[in-house]
Amino acid sequence: MSALAHIGGSPSGTSTTAAPEPTKRGGMAAYLLLLPGLIWLLVFFVAPLVQLATVSLQSQFPGYPGYYYRNVDFGNYGRAIVEYWPHFVRSLLFAGLATFFAFVLAYPLAYAMAFKAGKWRGVMMICVIAPFFTSFILRTIAWRQILSDEGPVVSVLNFLHVLPGGHITETWVAVVAGLTYNFLPFMVLPIYASLERADPKIIEAGGDLYANGFTTFRTVTLPMSMPGVLAGTLLTFIPAAGDYVNAELLGSDISTKMVGNGIESQFFKVLGGYPIAAALSFTLMAVILALVFLYVRRYGTEELL
Amino acid sequence: MRRSEPPRDPQARALASLAASSLSRRRLLSGAGLGLAGAGLAACAPPLPPAATGPTGPKLPVDKSATDKTVAFANWTAYLDYDEEAKNYPTLEAFIKETGIQASYTEDIEDNDAYVSKIKPQLQATPPQDINRDIFALTDWMANRVIRDGLVQPLDLIRMPHAANLLDSLKDVSFDPGRKYSLTWQSGFAGIGYDKSKVGRELKSLSDLWADDLKGKVVALSEMRDTLGLIMQSQGVDISGSFTKDQVSKAMDEVSKRIADQNIRRIKGNSYMEDLKSGNAIAGIVWSGDLFILRAETENENWEFVIPDSGGTLWSDNMMIPITSTHRRNAMALMDYYYRPDVAAQVAAYVNYVCPVVGAQAELAKTDPELAESPFIFPTSEWIAEHKIQGFRALDAQEDADYSAMWAKVVGN
Repeated sequence: MSALAHIGGSPSGTSTTAAPEPTKRGGMAAYLLLLPGLIWLLVFFVAPLVQLATVSLQSQFPGYPGYYYRNVDFGNYGRAIVEYWPHFVRSLLFAGLATFFAFVLAYPLAYAMAFKAGKWRGVMMICVIAPFFTSFILRTIAWRQILSDEGPVVSVLNFLHVLPGGHITETWVAVVAGLTYNFLPFMVLPIYASLERADPKIIEAGGDLYANGFTTFRTVTLPMSMPGVLAGTLLTFIPAAGDYVNAELLGSDISTKMVGNGIESQFFKVLGGYPIAAALSFTLMAVILALVFLYVRRYGTEELL
Repeated sequence: MRRSEPPRDPQARALASLAASSLSRRRLLSGAGLGLAGAGLAACAPPLPPAATGPTGPKLPVDKSATDKTVAFANWTAYLDYDEEAKNYPTLEAFIKETGIQASYTEDIEDNDAYVSKIKPQLQATPPQDINRDIFALTDWMANRVIRDGLVQPLDLIRMPHAANLLDSLKDVSFDPGRKYSLTWQSGFAGIGYDKSKVGRELKSLSDLWADDLKGKVVALSEMRDTLGLIMQSQGVDISGSFTKDQVSKAMDEVSKRIADQNIRRIKGNSYMEDLKSGNAIAGIVWSGDLFILRAETENENWEFVIPDSGGTLWSDNMMIPITSTHRRNAMALMDYYYRPDVAAQVAAYVNYVCPVVGAQAELAKTDPELAESPFIFPTSEWIAEHKIQGFRALDAQEDADYSAMWAKVVGN
């Protein structure tokens, strides 16, 4: 972002004050290399963001639902939050749960891949990545089949009489399960990368210093993998909080909808919902940005930032 | 071209002078930034409502039908007779052969809201951007919106002699009196669909759907006018007449209650079919044609479609010509073609929805007398009256906005 601030703040140079040309060729080359990326960001990130911001402040054209005029109406944000705060709570809660479960599943897997897999490492890696060969939507629809009332999971649970309500789809359990599954690779890969990079000699040194296996793990291995854990939790939590597909396909109509579903509905289904949809999008971005900022400040490591 | 004169447009001038001067990176970046910001702000001016743009409305583009003999038809999935072996649409092929107009057909539309959200910004841009379609088919209430917003061209009924075959009951619809802009493609009913063997009894009314043993096994349509319409009818409201907001809220409350009590498991668009197939649901508020397709696909004769005893809804999908089309006459020729009784009969035999063309029944009776008797394809007006089937009244703009917001809240968005 500092580079962008630099652009915005730079004065439009007049012909009288010649800007000092960079003397080192290297400096110029670096900026030229940055240029495609910056243009990309401007066209596909900054410009849509500006557009979204103006939409979020528009007002309904009186007497013509579905039409707007340009305005600075911050009330849209108030209305969006009043109406959709339960969706925000659910988004953060479900994303948090999914991140937790993904971590619990991913860490042993990454650990096994890094230290125990031996010749099976390549196969395990393919198994982690293989789901990406199929569309995200199709995989989620497949989960509907797996969890369907006459499918194996629900049949067994119902046979044991442990399932209140008698079904899993259309409950928050299905939504969290779907989120966990869909973002699991994003947790596994960074943790694996940081564990794989770890110097085994340091871990052996833990044993040499009479620490038992658990203590070595707690004081040596886990801290060494923290950059991977941090990256993994961010890569899982951020898209999961903004996800709309899992709640749409696996969730029910009232109690499991997330913010993404609210935005979709305001944008597509409600006549005159554009400003609310835009305000919701901005609020979601702000909330996630704030949470990520706090999280990284609290647990961040030098290596990540 | 004289090079010395600077361009008049301030943005272009800024860029030109930037190019002329030595390229400092700082200036290049700030120039690009300013240009983009300007473009961004210009692009995000929202379109004005039709009445505010003046009394004349948008000018129609010049019709190129005579020289450019093509027409592009955007429609819903599984909505035109299709030959699996030849991989083409027999009636469309016959049209091409007969008229020499290259007709193309695409299944672009899966949802009224999603499709119109996609094309509306293009049609409302100044000047409008061509969406490369000459006909699209939208459900009544969405046809109401696009006609109200001035996004479609008027039809010259004088050039469409067969359009007079339109069923009398569909000639004076509330959203388009006299059919100045639209012509029905197909119609259908919403009612109760269920698996007789799994439910174990006959379902006759909506209250039968809320029985305790069906809890969590019932789906409903996300299309507001169908689900809400059926419930309003069960509450004794005339949905084709002037109902009040209170009556609508009362029906909305009923839907909320049924969702909260977990009678209704899911409210969805076309994907409710998957729940019926997988066994997640065994009954629901469904569309007539879908149930017949389900019966054929699952080869399960136990699937039943009934109109609830309090009445059912009748909806139509309507062909219209977008304002950007330059093939108005070709489009009208195609619409007219599908109003020939023999052609309409061929389509009806395939899609199993209500055929809006007078005379098609007699044509179908020649090839498939049994199907021609089906009240779900050729309902008589007595049958419609007897089953209390009504169309949902066209809403005015304010009602449309209010109810769509209320409905979004009811279904949990």
